[in-house]
Amino acid sequence: MSAASAAGPAQRTDLQRYLLRIADTSLVLAQRLGEWIGHAPAIEEDLGLANTALDLLGQARLLLGYAGEIEGLGRDEDALAFRRDEADFCNATIAELPNGHFGDTIARQFLVDAYQVPLFERLAASADPRLAEIAAKALKEAEYHLRYSAGWMVRLGDGTDESHARIQASLERLWPYTQELFDADDTDRAVAAAGIGPALEELKAEWSRTVERVLGEATLRRPADAPYRWYGKQGRHSEHLGHLLAEMQYLQRAHPGAQW
Amino acid sequence: MNEARDWPLYEIFIRARGGLDHKHVGSVHAADARMAVEHARDVYTRRQEGVSIWVVRSADIVASDPGEADSLFEPARDKVYRHPTFYQIPKEVETL
Repeated sequence: MSAASAAGPAQRTDLQRYLLRIADTSLVLAQRLGEWIGHAPAIEEDLGLANTALDLLGQARLLLGYAGEIEGLGRDEDALAFRRDEADFCNATIAELPNGHFGDTIARQFLVDAYQVPLFERLAASADPRLAEIAAKALKEAEYHLRYSAGWMVRLGDGTDESHARIQASLERLWPYTQELFDADDTDRAVAAAGIGPALEELKAEWSRTVERVLGEATLRRPADAPYRWYGKQGRHSEHLGHLLAEMQYLQRAHPGAQW
Repeated sequence: MNEARDWPLYEIFIRARGGLDHKHVGSVHAADARMAVEHARDVYTRRQEGVSIWVVRSADIVASDPGEADSLFEPARDKVYRHPTFYQIPKEVETL
């Protein structure tokens, strides 16, 4: 316990914090997508969302494993995933938002996929070789995720009047959360300066191009940027993450170290 | 599941690896061909079963009539000489 509290957010290096941001965004989004199992509009979509969730979970495992090694306190991927407190989670806020209806989930997925593809593309050339290897694997997965979610954006946007109106409303609701992905803070600037991570302006430009291309095809409007900011990656979360973690971490909290 | 019922059915063919034929593996519901490829990928290739996918709308398949089976297939029954059983197959040929 003392070791864990000594490794609170304040003691982390920039690389540790950066790894946790990418890992936690994948982990929390995987947990959200998993909630669709048994509830998707068709069994094929059930499997599709579950496959995406498993890809994201795999990314989180590799990144958390690496983060745990750097931390050097003997915490493995499970310890970091299941016995870390809410304020110590560094995921982007958009990943923790409730699923809503199928269109909300697709819009959230699309906005994140369009960000993860250029992110992993650049991380695959990171100055940190371990991170580069993980990103090269994750990139192939993210490219498929984007193909899937972009296909649905077009289908729903360019579908019926009702599907168009609903997916546009989903976009409007989610849009304010996208700015956090590109809001550089000291950690982002430090890893960019070290050649470990990309400059966020660069990512934003590519993300915007992808989003605009797909929204155009989907006959959807790009919402206006809102002045509002979220700081999930710095550990300040919406009210939703605590509930998600309570469910995700319950077993390991109640029975620490339990295995199947 | 009501929405899925409105989606047309697609037959799925998977090529297990280079050099093999696409084989029929099953079917999925999908709103369009692109979605059918994605569904086939998610349903039928999760365990590395394939390297290529074909999808065909089930409605576009023209099938023989089971009622005509006798006239279509019976005449071949007594013509064993059409089987190439008189050839030695080289060991190196793996996927004949």
